Amino acid sequence: MPLKFPFRARRESYPPDLWTQCPGCGQMLFNKHLDRDLRVCAACGHHFRLTATARLAQLLDPGTFSERDEGLIPVDPISFVDSRAYADRLEAARTATGLRDAAVWGFGSIEGRRVAICVLDFGFMGGSMGSVVGEKVARAAEGALAESLPLIIVSSSGGARMQEGTLALMQLVITLGALDRLRAAGVPFVSVMADPTTGGVFASFASVGDVNLAEPNALIGFAGARVSAGTIADELPPGFQRSEFLLSHGFIDRIVHRSALRAELARILGYLAPAGGGSGSGTREASRG
Amino acid sequence: MVDRLLGLAKQAEHPPQAAPAAPPDPRATVWASVQLARNPRRPHTLELLAELASEFAELHGDRLFGDDGAIVGGLARIDRFRVVVVGHQKGSDTEENIRRNFGMAKPEGFRKAIRLFELAERFGLPVVTFVDTPGAYPGAEAEERGVAEAIARSIGAMTRLRVPIVSVITGEGGSGGALAIAAGDVVIALENAVYSVISPEGCASILWRTPEKAADAALAMRMSARDQQALGVVDVVVSEPGEGAHVDPAETARRLRAVIIEYLTTLAATPPDELVALRARRYRSLGAFQDLGPGPEPTPVERPGLADRLRRAFEAGSRTLGDTIGGRTVGGRDQREDVGRLQEDDE
Ligand SMILES: [Zn+2]
Repeated sequence: MPLKFPFRARRESYPPDLWTQCPGCGQMLFNKHLDRDLRVCAACGHHFRLTATARLAQLLDPGTFSERDEGLIPVDPISFVDSRAYADRLEAARTATGLRDAAVWGFGSIEGRRVAICVLDFGFMGGSMGSVVGEKVARAAEGALAESLPLIIVSSSGGARMQEGTLALMQLVITLGALDRLRAAGVPFVSVMADPTTGGVFASFASVGDVNLAEPNALIGFAGARVSAGTIADELPPGFQRSEFLLSHGFIDRIVHRSALRAELARILGYLAPAGGGSGSGTREASRG
Repeated sequence: MVDRLLGLAKQAEHPPQAAPAAPPDPRATVWASVQLARNPRRPHTLELLAELASEFAELHGDRLFGDDGAIVGGLARIDRFRVVVVGHQKGSDTEENIRRNFGMAKPEGFRKAIRLFELAERFGLPVVTFVDTPGAYPGAEAEERGVAEAIARSIGAMTRLRVPIVSVITGEGGSGGALAIAAGDVVIALENAVYSVISPEGCASILWRTPEKAADAALAMRMSARDQQALGVVDVVVSEPGEGAHVDPAETARRLRAVIIEYLTTLAATPPDELVALRARRYRSLGAFQDLGPGPEPTPVERPGLADRLRRAFEAGSRTLGDTIGGRTVGGRDQREDVGRLQEDDE
């Protein structure tokens, strides 16, 4: 495949491992400062995307994360090839991210409160949901149910992974089924939508939190804006498919700045799961099914 | 019906199709199905019901916003079964298509479906759904009223419903807008129906960068009914008369009717708890992955230095990193290739 931007990284006079340009305001940000600021631009508040590792580090008490199902790896169920084979794309994504697929889940603590948590990583094929991501979301919900711990899912995904065909589409059913059983058992689920949360991820687990949170100005929507604009002649309203648009239309409870997210989650869980991990599971289990 | 818990990811070569003489070009074959699935003369839900149900009382509205003509529903008698029917409805001419929005449902359509699913459960009636849509309506008003949430809720409702659900893909099974009413205990497909995670044009636009490669995308996604059956997404394929369902809607309906009745009979004898559990297992088996187990990580997740540093290098262009966003191109695969090469250089 021809390289489209062969010089971009090298053209900058700033060494890219030291500096990052903010797509929000154009400022060059010193990476050390950007990390210190949780990868939010100090000048304009633009929230950069986070790796799964960085997200977990920001939200959880240090040293409390214990990953589950880290051995799940994707396969190429329909031998999908476009300009490039799916298997090659997977290999490239693995090399680039150090991840095996776009989701990581496990148990950890937020301000001393045990939770099950699953985070998506946009860097791995756009955070797209294929069989591994769907399975991990479902297992996170089942882990939360088994231990009667609140579930947090942080989404950052372009939607279903085309390269797995309808098997990717079936992950909508798998994740929603697992979350439905969690809901029936009275175990809370908080959905956090980061940039972007779109397509089949927004049309499945991300939409159905007991509480839906979003980071500021995240792209959140079902159909791509280009699809919407191209297919249908509507003028798109201002702020279309941004967090604030979703809030004003009633599909998000709160927009939370990244610096406040950890405390906000702890506060909400303090209401929905006041006893903390493990207790009260008897009555909840009884109401299941 | 337990037999339906099929093995995964069985690779099917393209099945022999009706056309005898020339060696069938699989790309042309699947594209012919896409065209047949979209044929405006193809029978849609109401036309099929007129033939296969002895009675149909349409029920309107979602009780929240309005009545969506792109999804119809109501009470029907099919043989000895009293059922609730929900199905997409396309028009057979331009005027009707405008009224039906070409079978592209808005949130109120999916919420009407949810309402009818719950009605069915309350009164112990099995559900039969007919699926034929290019996809959910992708316009601004659908986003404003929460089309994604409506689809998610509809799928969620189907996973817990304690009555049998028979789903029939009659034409286009277009992505989430199709799945919203297609998550049945059993999924039947007409021979020329198609089912895909994204429209072939949308897929081609993103991965081939031109909608003109739609036939290639249709083939790559294995969206034909037979291929979907090989994957286990579809349980049974019902052959169409002659050149396709549109040449004989009555015969098409007759064939579908027989299969629907057969499954309703089996499912009606299944206790509700078992029904819900089997349904969950059916869908759970439709994932393809390997589990290497917990063992030592060849590429540990927490390897902070190199991978993270390299990815930061590309965060500057992060608005263009990634593959798809709900069907839009964000580009940037080339950049990721770059990341891979940089890493090799570094090591
Ligand atoms: Zn900025």
